[in-house]
Amino acid sequence: MTVATDRGRSLRRLAAADRRRSTRHKALPYLLLLPAVCFELLVHVIPMLVGVWISFKQLTIYFIRNWTGAPSAGLNNYRFALNFNNAVGKALLHSFYVTLGFTVLVVALSWLIGTGAAVLMQNPFRGRGLLRTYFLVPYALPAFSATITWEFMFQRDHGLVNQVIVHDLHLTSHAPFWLIGNNAFASLVITAVWRTWPFAFLVVTAGMQSIPTDLYEAAVMDGAGVWQRLRKITLPSLRPVNLVLVLVLFLWNFNDFNTPFVLFGNVAAPQANLLSLQIYDTSFQNWNFGSGSAMSVLLLLFLLVVTAIYLVATSRGRKAADV
Amino acid sequence: MHGLAHRRTTATIAAAAVAALLAACGSDTKPSTTTTGGSSGAPASGQSITYWASDQGSSIADDVKVLTPELKAFTAQTGIKVNLEVIGWNDLLNRILAATTSGQGPDVVNIGNTWSASLQATGAFLPVSSDVMTQIGDTGRFLPGALAATGAAGKPPVGVPIYSTAYGLYYNKAAFAAAGIATPPATWEDLVADGKKLTDGAGKWGLTLEAGQIPENAHAAFVFSEQQGGSWFDDAGKPTFTTPQNVAAIKQIVDFMAADKIVNPSDAESSNGTEALQEFASGKAAMLMWQPAGANLAKYGMTADQYGVAPLPFPASPPAGSKHIDSMVGGINLAVFANTKHKDAALQLVKFLTSQPEEITLNKAYGSLPSVSDAYSDPAFKTSDDTVLQNVLASSATAMPEIAQESQFETSVGTAMKTLFADAASGKAITDAMVGDALNQAQQKMEAGG
Repeated sequence: MTVATDRGRSLRRLAAADRRRSTRHKALPYLLLLPAVCFELLVHVIPMLVGVWISFKQLTIYFIRNWTGAPSAGLNNYRFALNFNNAVGKALLHSFYVTLGFTVLVVALSWLIGTGAAVLMQNPFRGRGLLRTYFLVPYALPAFSATITWEFMFQRDHGLVNQVIVHDLHLTSHAPFWLIGNNAFASLVITAVWRTWPFAFLVVTAGMQSIPTDLYEAAVMDGAGVWQRLRKITLPSLRPVNLVLVLVLFLWNFNDFNTPFVLFGNVAAPQANLLSLQIYDTSFQNWNFGSGSAMSVLLLLFLLVVTAIYLVATSRGRKAADV
Repeated sequence: MHGLAHRRTTATIAAAAVAALLAACGSDTKPSTTTTGGSSGAPASGQSITYWASDQGSSIADDVKVLTPELKAFTAQTGIKVNLEVIGWNDLLNRILAATTSGQGPDVVNIGNTWSASLQATGAFLPVSSDVMTQIGDTGRFLPGALAATGAAGKPPVGVPIYSTAYGLYYNKAAFAAAGIATPPATWEDLVADGKKLTDGAGKWGLTLEAGQIPENAHAAFVFSEQQGGSWFDDAGKPTFTTPQNVAAIKQIVDFMAADKIVNPSDAESSNGTEALQEFASGKAAMLMWQPAGANLAKYGMTADQYGVAPLPFPASPPAGSKHIDSMVGGINLAVFANTKHKDAALQLVKFLTSQPEEITLNKAYGSLPSVSDAYSDPAFKTSDDTVLQNVLASSATAMPEIAQESQFETSVGTAMKTLFADAASGKAITDAMVGDALNQAQQKMEAGG
């Protein structure tokens, strides 16, 4: 009895000492974090706030030199961007739909190709390492040089694509345009998928490393085929990885500027005019940084809402699955 | 206690960092007013200034090769070092805007003269007052036409011209002879008729256009509208894009591809500013409307005896109000950033680059025309081609609208034309309604610029 109470008392004392020490030391991690937080503020948050601030300003050529003195625009920049009867608002809405279609297609295709390739590479075979490295090449190439190569290939008269389609395979007699007109959208999706899928491949491959092999062995013993193993083991185990992967791919592609800019230059075909390019046009071509910022803020808000809904929806799904 | 002190230090450091950043931003954005005093202070010798040159040659490397020895001579003469950066056309305006916004820019910069009034409105450049003009040694040497394209009327200009250009119609002599055409077309009707003879449906075309390039499109829009008796802005500076004259002008240009079929539809993709030159130099197209192209054509293997130059054609029966204009006043101006800390040194460089020997050397190298009258004594500018372009510049060229919205006009109309060309290339017939709609949208977008 006494031994027990003694032990209880000493344990309580230890816990109390621990608590005292922990209050003293609780501040330390925050202190260590502080420089990083400050730099985060400097690098991310302050420019973002400046961007939001600019979106309420009438920042045109007359004020860019002394932009702190730009007159207030109130909500005009927002009203203007969301006035869908006006050419700018109409173009913005159109770009929004184009961007949505583009992003959904690129994410879906990149995920499918990436996951497919990762599944095929799951079991060891001769040359697997080499092939894996090879698959990552598009991802490792600098965005600019990769996209400009596609631009050359898509040219109507001298491009490789038409060379193959028209002159080698004789699929059509009339050489199609790829960089202007309706096909511009397809060119954009192809280039973006080519650039994005290796990342999906990389992430899914990494996710597969954590699936225990005995699960597969047990499944084989029970007579599960390839398709069943994929559906019952691989995909469910990859669920957390996929949740993050799809979100990241969505955000990247929705914001993608490099691909359309390098492929089409300042001015894209209306069929392939992504939001980021539209915002760039407003800011740098029309010299209206206020309304360009307002559009950026709207884009940010949209992505925040999508991300929030996605996270809530998927975490609810996870909880339900856990129960 | 130790923790608290530590926290306080960290907080102080962080606050200092934020303050330093804000202070840095603040000082960047404030226009420096101290430089207007100018000539007092340290002697310019030994200073080092930055010069952003536009891409005038066939490549940036080519420009560096042309300019480096000249700038060395300047350093030897004055003791002022010059850091040269040649900037491509697609980036130049953005770089200038960025420099304007941050206040961190070069000392001397080349600008396309059509941007003069737009950049003038930003206040980024040193106004060229009569004092400054005297300082750079002007004695009425600059060509009046070129000088008109240095800013809005009634305000001190924001630069001085260094290279001048005008549009001419380049034609392939051998192709014309083979098609039995004796003289270059003087009317658009003739040009279309000749173009049809020169188009063989097997890879040879009558005319080539840089149809995907915004400034080229906008320059054409300006000239064709003048000839139709139209104008892109009214006297109050309000855009008038959708007038029947402007619609007719744009339709006429796009119809070279859509209706007359004398332009290769692939030209709708040409946007880097060299494709049309190459098409012409390689003989795939027999006519080209271009600013002085001799130096570049030579680089693509076309010798001067293979082509001729004529003024751009004119309507056979000019509509009411038509002006006899066949080119915009093209060219490059030299401007000094208002923020420069080396105003004297910068102005000395401007003086040097616009001096008679430099005007001769540089314009000869680039194939452009001198912007000062005394440089024309050199025989290099007395060739028949140059004489044609000089006459155009002196008698039938006019400056693009010298208003703040000019660069937005170029962007919005040039873009609308690019889209119309894309439609034409895909085989669609271009109607007045389509052109009117495209121009209406362009105008709304331009007005959005504020």
